[in-house]
Amino acid sequence: MSDHYYAPEHLKAFGSIAEGAPELGKKFFEYYSAVFAPGALTEREKALIALAVAHTVQCPYCIDAYTTESLQKGADLEQMTEAVHVACAIRGGASLVHGMQMKEHAEKVGM
Amino acid sequence: MTISLPASTLSSRRAPLADPREQLARLEASTAGRASFQETLRATGWPDLTPASLEIFQINLGKLCNMTCRHCHVDAGPDRSDAMMARETVDACLRALDQTSAHTVDITGGAPELHPEFRYLVDAAHARGKHVIDRCNLSVLLLQRNAGLAEWLAEREVEIVASLPHYRQRSTDAQRGDGAFEKSIAALRLLNTVGYGHGNPRRVLSLMTNPAGAFLAAPQSSAESEWKTALHRDFGITFDRLLALNNMPISRFLEWLIESDNLDSYMSRLIDSFNPGAVSGVMCRNTLSVSWDGRLFDCDFNQMLDLDAETAVGAMTIETFDVDVWQKRSVVTRAHCFGCTAGAGSSCGGSTT
Repeated sequence: MSDHYYAPEHLKAFGSIAEGAPELGKKFFEYYSAVFAPGALTEREKALIALAVAHTVQCPYCIDAYTTESLQKGADLEQMTEAVHVACAIRGGASLVHGMQMKEHAEKVGM
Repeated sequence: MTISLPASTLSSRRAPLADPREQLARLEASTAGRASFQETLRATGWPDLTPASLEIFQINLGKLCNMTCRHCHVDAGPDRSDAMMARETVDACLRALDQTSAHTVDITGGAPELHPEFRYLVDAAHARGKHVIDRCNLSVLLLQRNAGLAEWLAEREVEIVASLPHYRQRSTDAQRGDGAFEKSIAALRLLNTVGYGHGNPRRVLSLMTNPAGAFLAAPQSSAESEWKTALHRDFGITFDRLLALNNMPISRFLEWLIESDNLDSYMSRLIDSFNPGAVSGVMCRNTLSVSWDGRLFDCDFNQMLDLDAETAVGAMTIETFDVDVWQKRSVVTRAHCFGCTAGAGSSCGGSTT
C-alpha cells in the first residue's frame, strides 16, 4: 500500500478498479472508450476538453494522461494552455456569477 | 522536458552515442525484462518478419544537411560531408534498380538536394518511369544555390515529402531550430507557386509530421483535415496529404530521451502500444534501403544503427545485389522496431493501418 495519496502507479493500474464490481467496471470502460472515439468532435477536440475538465476537477492522474493524449492527438502547448484557461475562466466565472445572488440579497435587505 | 542540448551532430562532439553499438546497448538496457520485438511478433503469429514484394528503392545519399534538428535519426548536419554517396555507387543503385520491379525511388539524406549527384539520380530514375520521392527539409529549397530547384523538381513530377512537425510555430521550432517554421512556410508557398499541393497527381506535396517529444504521432487522417484547414486559414498554403511518423529512439532523438529522462517511459509507451495490425504494413517489408557507402539495409533506421540486412550470402552491397536472394531474407529487428508498430503504425509512408 502506498504511503501517500495520488500514487502515479495507480493510473496505470486503473483497470483493476473493476475487480470489486466487474460488470460495472466493464460498462464504465466500454462507455469511456466510446466517449473518446471520433464522432461529431475529433479525438483532438475531445482530448482538449478532457484536459480542461481535468484541471477543473483537479485530478493529477487525468492531467498527466490528457496532457500526453492531447499531444498525441496533435495539439500543441499553446492550444493546451488555452484549453486550461477556458477551464480557469469558467471556474472563476462560476464564482463571480454567484455574486449576483449576493448582490440581489444585499439589495433586498439593505437600505 | 526543456533541456539544452547543443545544436550539433553527435559525430562532431565525438559523443559516445555517435557509435551505433552504444545506442543499441542503451536500448537493450532500457527494455530489459520486456519481451523482445521478435518475441512479441512471434506471439502474434509472425514467426519471422519476411519481405513482401519490393516496391520502394530508398537511397540515402548521405548525411550532409543544412539543418541540425534535435530529433534527427541520421545525425545529419552541415559538418557531415564525410558521408556522401560516390557517383559509382549511384550508378550501382541504378543497375540494381533495373533488376527489380520497384515502382518508387525514394531519395533521402541528410538533405539529398545538397548532394552533387542528386539531379543526376532524379533524372535517371524519372527516365526509367519511376515515381521519385524527394524527402525534403523545406529550408534547403530557399538556399541560393538551389534557386530554381522547386520548378526543376516539378518538371520531373517528383513527389515532395516535406518534414514539418506541426502546423504551428512553437513545436516546429522546438524540434528543428529557431526560424525553421518561418522558412518552412516560405518554402511551402514556393512549392504551391510552382504547382505543388493543389491535387495534381504529378505535383504531389506530402507533409510528414513527427511528434515534438516523447509521445506517439497524431492520428493521420483526422490530423490531415485539421492541418489542411489551419495551414490554409493561417498562411494560404495547400498540400495533398499528411504522413504521421513516430520518432525512433535512435541517434539524436535517443540522446534527447536520455538527457530528458524520458527513455524508459518512451520505450514502455512504444511497447505497450504495440499494434499487431500495424505489422504487415511496416516499410522494411517492401523497401530496400541503400546507405551512402553502398551497404544494404531493411530500413533507414537499421541503416543508422549499422544493422546490415542479413541474406543467405551474408551482408550484401549494392554492387553485389541479387533481388532473388534479397527477397528470401528475414528482416533484422531490435527494440527500436517497436517505434514502427506502436499505435497506428509508422513508416516512411506514414501510418501503416
